[in-house]
Amino acid sequence: MQQISLVTPEFAARRALRANSQCPHLWSVLDNVFDPELPHVTIWDLGILVDVHSLDSSRCKVVVSPTYSGCPAIDVISEDIVSALNSAGVQQVEVAVSLKPAWNTDLISPAGKAAMLKQGIAPPDKSVNCPLCGSGHTSVISQFGSTACKALYRCNDCLEPFDHFKEF
Amino acid sequence: MNNLSNNALYHYLIGMADDALVLGQRTSEWCSRGPFLEEDIALSNVALDYVGRARMFYQYAADVEGLGRTEDELAYFRDEREFTNLLINELPNFDFAFSMVRQYFLDVNACLYLEKLSLSSDQHLSEIAAKAVKESRYHLKRSRTWLVQLGQGTEESNRRMQSAIDELWGYTPEMFIMTEAEASLLATQVSVDRKDLQQQWSATVTADVQEANLQIPDQQWQVVGGRDGDHSEHLGHLLAHMQILQRSYPGLEW
Repeated sequence: MQQISLVTPEFAARRALRANSQCPHLWSVLDNVFDPELPHVTIWDLGILVDVHSLDSSRCKVVVSPTYSGCPAIDVISEDIVSALNSAGVQQVEVAVSLKPAWNTDLISPAGKAAMLKQGIAPPDKSVNCPLCGSGHTSVISQFGSTACKALYRCNDCLEPFDHFKEF
Repeated sequence: MNNLSNNALYHYLIGMADDALVLGQRTSEWCSRGPFLEEDIALSNVALDYVGRARMFYQYAADVEGLGRTEDELAYFRDEREFTNLLINELPNFDFAFSMVRQYFLDVNACLYLEKLSLSSDQHLSEIAAKAVKESRYHLKRSRTWLVQLGQGTEESNRRMQSAIDELWGYTPEMFIMTEAEASLLATQVSVDRKDLQQQWSATVTADVQEANLQIPDQQWQVVGGRDGDHSEHLGHLLAHMQILQRSYPGLEW
Protein backbone atom coordinates (compact mmCIF):
# COMPACT_ATOMS: atom_id res chain seq x y z
CA MET A 1 0.00 0.00 0.00
CA GLN A 2 1.24 3.44 -0.78
CA GLN A 3 1.94 5.86 1.96
CA ILE A 4 -0.57 8.64 2.47
CA SER A 5 1.03 12.03 2.87
CA LEU A 6 1.13 13.70 6.27
CA VAL A 7 -1.24 16.41 7.41
CA THR A 8 -0.74 19.66 5.49
CA PRO A 9 -0.65 23.00 7.39
CA GLU A 10 -3.77 24.03 5.45
CA PHE A 11 -5.70 20.99 6.64
CA ALA A 12 -4.37 21.40 10.18
CA ALA A 13 -5.79 24.95 10.22
CA ARG A 14 -9.18 23.66 9.06
CA ARG A 15 -9.14 20.94 11.69
CA ALA A 16 -8.37 23.53 14.40
CA LEU A 17 -11.22 25.76 13.19
CA ARG A 18 -13.60 22.84 13.39
CA ALA A 19 -12.34 21.76 16.81
CA ASN A 20 -13.00 25.23 18.20
CA SER A 21 -16.46 25.53 16.67
CA GLN A 22 -19.49 26.25 18.85
CA CYS A 23 -21.61 23.82 16.86
CA PRO A 24 -19.72 20.51 16.50
CA HIS A 25 -23.02 18.67 15.96
CA LEU A 26 -23.66 20.59 12.71
CA TRP A 27 -20.22 19.69 11.39
CA SER A 28 -21.00 16.04 12.19
CA VAL A 29 -24.25 16.24 10.22
CA LEU A 30 -22.28 17.54 7.23
CA ASP A 31 -19.92 14.55 7.46
CA ASN A 32 -22.74 12.74 5.68
CA VAL A 33 -22.64 15.03 2.66
CA PHE A 34 -20.49 13.67 -0.14
CA ASP A 35 -19.13 15.21 -3.29
CA PRO A 36 -21.49 14.11 -6.10
CA GLU A 37 -18.56 13.43 -8.45
CA LEU A 38 -16.49 11.59 -5.80
CA PRO A 39 -19.12 9.54 -4.01
CA HIS A 40 -16.85 8.37 -1.16
CA VAL A 41 -15.26 11.69 -0.28
CA THR A 42 -17.15 14.06 2.01
CA ILE A 43 -17.24 17.80 1.42
CA TRP A 44 -15.30 18.16 4.67
CA ASP A 45 -12.53 15.81 3.49
CA LEU A 46 -12.37 17.47 0.08
CA GLY A 47 -11.88 20.91 1.63
CA ILE A 48 -14.99 22.44 0.05
CA LEU A 49 -16.60 22.95 3.47
CA VAL A 50 -15.07 26.13 4.88
CA ASP A 51 -17.11 26.99 7.96
CA VAL A 52 -20.38 26.41 9.81
CA HIS A 53 -22.13 28.99 11.98
CA SER A 54 -25.10 28.25 14.19
CA LEU A 55 -27.28 31.39 14.24
CA ASP A 56 -29.93 30.06 16.63
CA SER A 57 -31.61 26.72 17.28
CA SER A 58 -33.37 26.68 13.91
CA ARG A 59 -31.00 28.64 11.68
CA CYS A 60 -27.44 28.20 10.47
CA LYS A 61 -25.05 29.42 7.81
CA VAL A 62 -22.67 27.15 5.90
CA VAL A 63 -19.72 28.52 3.91
CA VAL A 64 -18.41 26.54 0.95
CA SER A 65 -15.63 27.17 -1.57
CA PRO A 66 -15.96 25.63 -5.06
CA THR A 67 -13.09 23.58 -6.45
CA TYR A 68 -13.14 25.15 -9.92
CA SER A 69 -14.92 28.30 -11.18
CA GLY A 70 -17.13 26.30 -13.48
CA CYS A 71 -17.68 23.33 -11.16
CA PRO A 72 -21.26 22.25 -11.94
CA ALA A 73 -21.41 20.21 -8.72
CA ILE A 74 -21.58 23.23 -6.42
CA ASP A 75 -25.37 23.67 -6.87
CA VAL A 76 -26.01 20.01 -6.05
CA ILE A 77 -23.68 20.25 -3.05
CA SER A 78 -25.60 23.28 -1.75
CA GLU A 79 -28.89 21.38 -2.07
CA ASP A 80 -27.41 18.35 -0.29
CA ILE A 81 -26.17 20.55 2.57
CA VAL A 82 -29.60 22.12 3.02
CA SER A 83 -31.39 18.79 2.95
CA ALA A 84 -28.94 17.13 5.40
CA LEU A 85 -29.34 19.95 7.91
CA ASN A 86 -33.10 20.12 7.42
CA SER A 87 -33.32 16.41 8.26
CA ALA A 88 -31.27 17.09 11.39
CA GLY A 89 -33.86 19.67 12.52
CA VAL A 90 -32.26 22.91 11.34
CA GLN A 91 -35.07 24.59 9.44
CA GLN A 92 -33.34 27.55 7.85
CA VAL A 93 -30.00 26.95 6.16
CA GLU A 94 -28.11 29.59 4.27
CA VAL A 95 -25.28 28.38 2.01
CA ALA A 96 -22.75 31.07 1.15
CA VAL A 97 -20.10 30.60 -1.54
CA SER A 98 -16.72 32.04 -0.62
CA LEU A 99 -13.67 32.35 -2.84
CA LYS A 100 -11.32 32.93 0.05
CA PRO A 101 -9.20 31.00 0.59
CA ALA A 102 -9.15 29.88 -3.03
CA TRP A 103 -9.72 26.13 -2.89
CA ASN A 104 -6.61 24.04 -3.39
CA THR A 105 -5.59 20.43 -2.94
CA ASP A 106 -3.62 21.16 0.27
CA LEU A 107 -7.01 21.63 1.96
CA ILE A 108 -7.88 17.95 1.41
CA SER A 109 -7.71 15.75 4.51
CA PRO A 110 -5.58 12.59 4.73
CA ALA A 111 -8.84 10.62 5.03
CA GLY A 112 -10.03 12.23 1.80
CA LYS A 113 -6.86 11.16 -0.01
CA ALA A 114 -7.20 7.65 1.38
CA ALA A 115 -10.81 7.50 0.17
CA MET A 116 -9.73 8.55 -3.33
CA LEU A 117 -7.07 5.86 -3.42
CA LYS A 118 -9.60 3.26 -2.34
CA GLN A 119 -11.78 4.27 -5.29
CA GLY A 120 -8.91 3.88 -7.75
CA ILE A 121 -8.14 7.58 -8.02
CA ALA A 122 -4.53 8.66 -7.49
CA PRO A 123 -4.70 11.47 -4.92
CA PRO A 124 -2.89 14.78 -5.44
CA ASP A 125 0.72 14.26 -4.44
CA LYS A 126 4.26 14.96 -5.52
CA SER A 127 4.38 11.82 -7.64
CA VAL A 128 1.51 10.12 -9.41
CA ASN A 129 1.48 6.44 -8.46
CA CYS A 130 -0.80 3.79 -9.92
CA PRO A 131 -3.66 3.28 -7.44
CA LEU A 132 -3.84 -0.42 -8.41
CA CYS A 133 -0.28 -1.73 -8.39
CA GLY A 134 1.49 1.20 -6.71
CA SER A 135 3.99 1.68 -9.51
CA GLY A 136 5.41 5.18 -9.93
CA HIS A 137 6.02 4.42 -13.61
CA THR A 138 2.98 6.26 -15.02
CA SER A 139 2.23 8.63 -17.89
CA VAL A 140 -0.45 11.19 -18.63
CA ILE A 141 -3.09 10.38 -21.25
CA SER A 142 -5.08 13.60 -20.96
CA GLN A 143 -4.72 16.64 -18.71
CA PHE A 144 -8.47 16.63 -18.17
CA GLY A 145 -10.28 13.52 -16.99
CA SER A 146 -13.91 12.77 -16.24
CA THR A 147 -14.24 16.05 -14.30
CA ALA A 148 -12.29 19.33 -14.25
CA CYS A 149 -10.47 18.28 -11.07
CA LYS A 150 -9.06 15.06 -12.52
CA ALA A 151 -6.52 14.12 -15.18
CA LEU A 152 -6.35 10.79 -16.99
CA TYR A 153 -3.23 8.66 -16.49
CA ARG A 154 -1.98 5.23 -17.49
CA CYS A 155 0.21 2.86 -15.51
CA ASN A 156 3.15 1.78 -17.65
CA ASP A 157 3.63 -1.40 -15.60
CA CYS A 158 0.15 -2.87 -15.13
CA LEU A 159 -1.24 -0.88 -18.09
CA GLU A 160 -4.39 0.20 -16.27
CA PRO A 161 -5.75 3.66 -17.06
CA PHE A 162 -6.75 5.65 -13.96
CA ASP A 163 -7.94 9.06 -12.80
CA HIS A 164 -5.54 11.36 -10.97
CA PHE A 165 -6.92 14.10 -8.74
CA LYS A 166 -4.83 17.04 -9.95
CA GLU A 167 -2.45 18.88 -7.69
CA PHE A 168 -3.90 22.38 -7.71
CA MET B 1 -25.63 53.38 -10.21
CA ASN B 2 -24.67 55.97 -7.67
CA ASN B 3 -21.39 57.39 -8.86
CA LEU B 4 -18.81 57.57 -11.60
CA SER B 5 -16.35 55.06 -10.18
CA ASN B 6 -19.12 52.48 -9.78
CA ASN B 7 -20.06 53.11 -13.38
CA ALA B 8 -16.47 52.49 -14.48
CA LEU B 9 -16.25 49.35 -12.35
CA TYR B 10 -19.47 48.05 -13.89
CA HIS B 11 -18.14 48.51 -17.44
CA TYR B 12 -14.80 46.99 -16.50
CA LEU B 13 -16.50 43.92 -15.04
CA ILE B 14 -18.85 43.56 -18.00
CA GLY B 15 -15.88 43.56 -20.40
CA MET B 16 -14.19 40.73 -18.52
CA ALA B 17 -17.47 38.84 -18.13
CA ASP B 18 -18.23 39.12 -21.86
CA ASP B 19 -14.70 37.93 -22.72
CA ALA B 20 -15.20 34.86 -20.55
CA LEU B 21 -18.74 34.05 -21.65
CA VAL B 22 -18.14 34.44 -25.37
CA LEU B 23 -15.00 32.29 -25.32
CA GLY B 24 -16.68 29.74 -23.05
CA GLN B 25 -19.72 29.51 -25.33
CA ARG B 26 -17.54 29.31 -28.43
CA THR B 27 -15.30 26.61 -26.94
CA SER B 28 -18.31 24.61 -25.79
CA GLU B 29 -19.21 24.13 -29.47
CA TRP B 30 -16.37 21.59 -29.53
CA CYS B 31 -18.31 19.38 -27.12
CA SER B 32 -18.94 16.04 -28.93
CA ARG B 33 -16.85 17.26 -31.90
CA GLY B 34 -13.35 16.98 -30.37
CA PRO B 35 -10.72 15.07 -32.35
CA PHE B 36 -10.75 12.27 -29.76
CA LEU B 37 -12.53 11.56 -26.51
CA GLU B 38 -9.96 12.88 -24.03
CA GLU B 39 -9.49 16.08 -26.00
CA ASP B 40 -13.25 16.50 -26.27
CA ILE B 41 -13.46 16.35 -22.47
CA ALA B 42 -10.56 18.76 -22.07
CA LEU B 43 -12.17 21.32 -24.40
CA SER B 44 -15.46 21.05 -22.53
CA ASN B 45 -13.71 21.49 -19.20
CA VAL B 46 -11.92 24.61 -20.37
CA ALA B 47 -15.24 25.97 -21.67
CA LEU B 48 -16.80 25.28 -18.29
CA ASP B 49 -14.04 27.17 -16.47
CA TYR B 50 -14.75 30.20 -18.66
CA VAL B 51 -18.50 30.05 -18.13
CA GLY B 52 -17.86 29.82 -14.37
CA ARG B 53 -15.59 32.85 -14.58
CA ALA B 54 -18.26 34.75 -16.53
CA ARG B 55 -20.81 33.99 -13.81
CA MET B 56 -18.58 35.47 -11.11
CA PHE B 57 -17.94 38.65 -13.11
CA TYR B 58 -21.60 39.09 -14.15
CA GLN B 59 -22.84 38.53 -10.62
CA TYR B 60 -20.42 41.11 -9.31
CA ALA B 61 -21.35 43.54 -12.12
CA ALA B 62 -25.04 43.10 -11.28
CA ASP B 63 -24.33 43.86 -7.61
CA VAL B 64 -22.32 46.95 -8.53
CA GLU B 65 -25.02 48.16 -10.91
CA GLY B 66 -27.56 47.85 -8.10
CA LEU B 67 -30.64 47.78 -10.33
CA GLY B 68 -31.68 44.30 -9.28
CA ARG B 69 -30.57 42.64 -12.50
CA THR B 70 -29.15 39.11 -12.23
CA GLU B 71 -26.15 37.42 -13.85
CA ASP B 72 -28.56 35.63 -16.21
CA GLU B 73 -30.21 38.86 -17.32
CA LEU B 74 -26.82 40.33 -18.16
CA ALA B 75 -25.90 37.25 -20.17
CA TYR B 76 -29.19 36.65 -21.97
CA PHE B 77 -30.90 40.01 -22.35
CA ARG B 78 -28.24 42.28 -23.76
CA ASP B 79 -27.84 42.74 -27.51
CA GLU B 80 -24.79 42.30 -29.67
CA ARG B 81 -23.79 45.96 -29.58
CA GLU B 82 -23.86 45.92 -25.77
CA PHE B 83 -21.29 43.11 -25.61
CA THR B 84 -17.77 44.45 -25.14
CA ASN B 85 -15.68 41.29 -25.53
CA LEU B 86 -12.46 41.08 -27.51
CA LEU B 87 -12.98 40.16 -31.16
CA ILE B 88 -10.55 37.24 -30.96
CA ASN B 89 -12.89 35.51 -28.49
CA GLU B 90 -15.87 35.53 -30.84
CA LEU B 91 -14.20 34.21 -33.99
CA PRO B 92 -15.52 30.79 -35.06
CA ASN B 93 -13.56 27.68 -34.07
CA PHE B 94 -12.63 26.79 -37.68
CA ASP B 95 -10.31 23.82 -37.18
CA PHE B 96 -8.58 22.39 -34.11
CA ALA B 97 -5.35 24.25 -34.94
CA PHE B 98 -7.18 27.58 -35.02
CA SER B 99 -8.91 26.94 -31.69
CA MET B 100 -5.66 25.89 -30.04
CA VAL B 101 -3.63 28.85 -31.30
CA ARG B 102 -6.35 31.22 -30.11
CA GLN B 103 -6.48 29.46 -26.75
CA TYR B 104 -2.70 29.62 -26.46
CA PHE B 105 -2.56 33.37 -27.24
CA LEU B 106 -5.34 34.03 -24.72
CA ASP B 107 -3.88 31.71 -22.06
CA VAL B 108 -0.52 33.48 -22.09
CA ASN B 109 -2.32 36.80 -21.70
CA ALA B 110 -4.72 35.48 -19.03
CA CYS B 111 -1.86 34.19 -16.87
CA LEU B 112 -0.08 37.57 -16.99
CA TYR B 113 -3.28 39.56 -16.54
CA LEU B 114 -4.89 37.57 -13.74
CA GLU B 115 -1.63 37.40 -11.81
CA LYS B 116 -1.68 41.22 -11.70
CA LEU B 117 -5.41 41.38 -11.07
CA SER B 118 -5.02 39.12 -8.04
CA LEU B 119 -3.24 42.11 -6.45
CA SER B 120 -6.16 44.44 -7.17
CA SER B 121 -7.23 46.79 -4.37
CA ASP B 122 -10.76 45.56 -5.00
CA GLN B 123 -10.97 42.53 -2.71
CA HIS B 124 -13.63 40.61 -4.59
CA LEU B 125 -11.87 41.08 -7.92
CA SER B 126 -8.60 39.90 -6.40
CA GLU B 127 -10.33 36.78 -5.08
CA ILE B 128 -11.86 35.95 -8.46
CA ALA B 129 -8.49 36.49 -10.16
CA ALA B 130 -6.61 34.35 -7.61
CA LYS B 131 -8.98 31.49 -8.39
CA ALA B 132 -9.01 31.96 -12.15
CA VAL B 133 -5.25 32.32 -12.58
CA LYS B 134 -4.67 28.78 -11.34
CA GLU B 135 -7.08 27.47 -13.95
CA SER B 136 -5.45 29.52 -16.70
CA ARG B 137 -2.00 28.19 -15.80
CA TYR B 138 -3.38 24.71 -16.27
CA HIS B 139 -5.05 25.68 -19.57
CA LEU B 140 -1.73 27.11 -20.76
CA LYS B 141 0.11 23.86 -20.08
CA ARG B 142 -2.22 22.12 -22.48
CA SER B 143 -2.51 24.79 -25.20
CA ARG B 144 1.27 25.26 -25.21
CA THR B 145 1.79 21.51 -25.54
CA TRP B 146 -0.51 21.45 -28.58
CA LEU B 147 1.22 24.48 -30.11
CA VAL B 148 4.59 22.74 -29.95
CA GLN B 149 3.34 19.27 -30.81
CA LEU B 150 1.34 20.32 -33.86
CA GLY B 151 3.93 22.87 -34.95
CA GLN B 152 6.65 20.19 -34.85
CA GLY B 153 4.29 17.50 -36.13
CA THR B 154 3.54 16.68 -39.74
CA GLU B 155 3.73 18.99 -42.72
CA GLU B 156 -0.05 19.28 -42.63
CA SER B 157 -0.29 20.06 -38.89
CA ASN B 158 2.48 22.63 -39.22
CA ARG B 159 0.73 24.26 -42.18
CA ARG B 160 -2.56 24.50 -40.28
CA MET B 161 -0.92 25.96 -37.19
CA GLN B 162 0.94 28.54 -39.27
CA SER B 163 -2.20 29.60 -41.10
CA ALA B 164 -4.02 29.92 -37.74
CA ILE B 165 -1.23 32.15 -36.40
CA ASP B 166 -1.32 34.29 -39.56
CA GLU B 167 -5.09 34.60 -39.34
CA LEU B 168 -5.19 35.43 -35.62
CA TRP B 169 -2.17 37.67 -35.32
CA GLY B 170 -3.96 40.88 -36.22
CA TYR B 171 -6.52 40.28 -33.48
CA THR B 172 -3.96 40.12 -30.67
CA PRO B 173 -3.15 43.86 -30.28
CA GLU B 174 -6.68 44.43 -29.00
CA MET B 175 -5.75 42.54 -25.83
CA PHE B 176 -3.50 45.42 -24.82
CA ILE B 177 -5.82 48.37 -25.41
CA MET B 178 -7.10 50.13 -22.32
CA THR B 179 -10.73 51.20 -22.20
CA GLU B 180 -11.75 54.48 -20.59
CA ALA B 181 -13.20 52.57 -17.66
CA GLU B 182 -10.03 50.56 -17.14
CA ALA B 183 -7.83 53.65 -17.34
CA SER B 184 -9.94 55.49 -14.79
CA LEU B 185 -9.65 52.57 -12.34
CA LEU B 186 -5.86 52.44 -12.55
CA ALA B 187 -5.26 55.26 -10.08
CA THR B 188 -7.01 53.34 -7.31
CA GLN B 189 -5.22 50.11 -8.33
CA VAL B 190 -8.48 48.34 -9.08
CA SER B 191 -7.65 47.54 -12.72
CA VAL B 192 -4.52 46.32 -14.50
CA ASP B 193 -2.53 48.25 -17.11
CA ARG B 194 -2.80 46.02 -20.17
CA LYS B 195 -0.07 47.92 -21.99
CA ASP B 196 2.45 46.76 -19.38
CA LEU B 197 1.84 43.15 -20.35
CA GLN B 198 2.42 43.42 -24.07
CA GLN B 199 6.19 43.11 -24.03
CA GLN B 200 6.22 40.01 -21.88
CA TRP B 201 3.40 38.47 -23.88
CA SER B 202 5.30 39.04 -27.15
CA ALA B 203 8.53 37.64 -25.73
CA THR B 204 6.85 34.47 -24.43
CA VAL B 205 4.82 33.90 -27.58
CA THR B 206 7.78 34.53 -29.88
CA ALA B 207 9.94 32.01 -28.02
CA ASP B 208 7.22 29.33 -27.97
CA VAL B 209 6.27 29.86 -31.61
CA GLN B 210 9.91 29.48 -32.63
CA GLU B 211 10.25 26.32 -30.57
CA ALA B 212 7.23 24.98 -32.45
CA ASN B 213 8.98 25.53 -35.82
CA LEU B 214 6.47 28.24 -36.64
CA GLN B 215 6.88 31.89 -37.58
CA ILE B 216 5.55 35.13 -36.16
CA PRO B 217 3.99 36.92 -39.14
CA ASP B 218 5.49 40.24 -40.13
CA GLN B 219 2.21 41.74 -41.28
CA GLN B 220 1.17 44.89 -39.46
CA TRP B 221 -2.62 44.84 -39.83
CA GLN B 222 -4.85 44.82 -36.80
CA VAL B 223 -8.58 44.70 -36.09
CA VAL B 224 -10.11 46.31 -33.01
CA GLY B 225 -13.55 47.45 -31.89
CA GLY B 226 -14.92 44.72 -29.64
CA ARG B 227 -14.60 46.84 -26.52
CA ASP B 228 -16.77 49.51 -28.20
CA GLY B 229 -19.41 46.99 -29.23
CA ASP B 230 -18.29 46.90 -32.87
CA HIS B 231 -18.22 43.19 -33.63
CA SER B 232 -17.56 40.80 -36.45
CA GLU B 233 -20.52 39.08 -38.12
CA HIS B 234 -19.88 36.04 -35.90
CA LEU B 235 -20.99 37.35 -32.50
CA GLY B 236 -24.62 37.85 -33.47
CA HIS B 237 -24.94 34.21 -34.50
CA LEU B 238 -23.29 33.02 -31.30
CA LEU B 239 -25.64 35.14 -29.17
CA ALA B 240 -28.66 34.01 -31.14
CA HIS B 241 -27.85 30.37 -30.32
CA MET B 242 -27.09 31.15 -26.71
CA GLN B 243 -29.96 33.52 -25.96
CA ILE B 244 -32.89 32.15 -27.92
CA LEU B 245 -34.35 30.00 -25.16
CA GLN B 246 -34.39 32.77 -22.55
CA ARG B 247 -35.65 35.31 -25.07
CA SER B 248 -38.48 32.99 -26.14
CA TYR B 249 -39.37 31.87 -22.63
CA PRO B 250 -38.06 34.55 -20.23
CA GLY B 251 -37.19 33.17 -16.80
CA LEU B 252 -37.33 29.56 -17.95
CA GLU B 253 -35.49 27.19 -15.60
CA TRP B 254 -34.29 23.65 -16.10
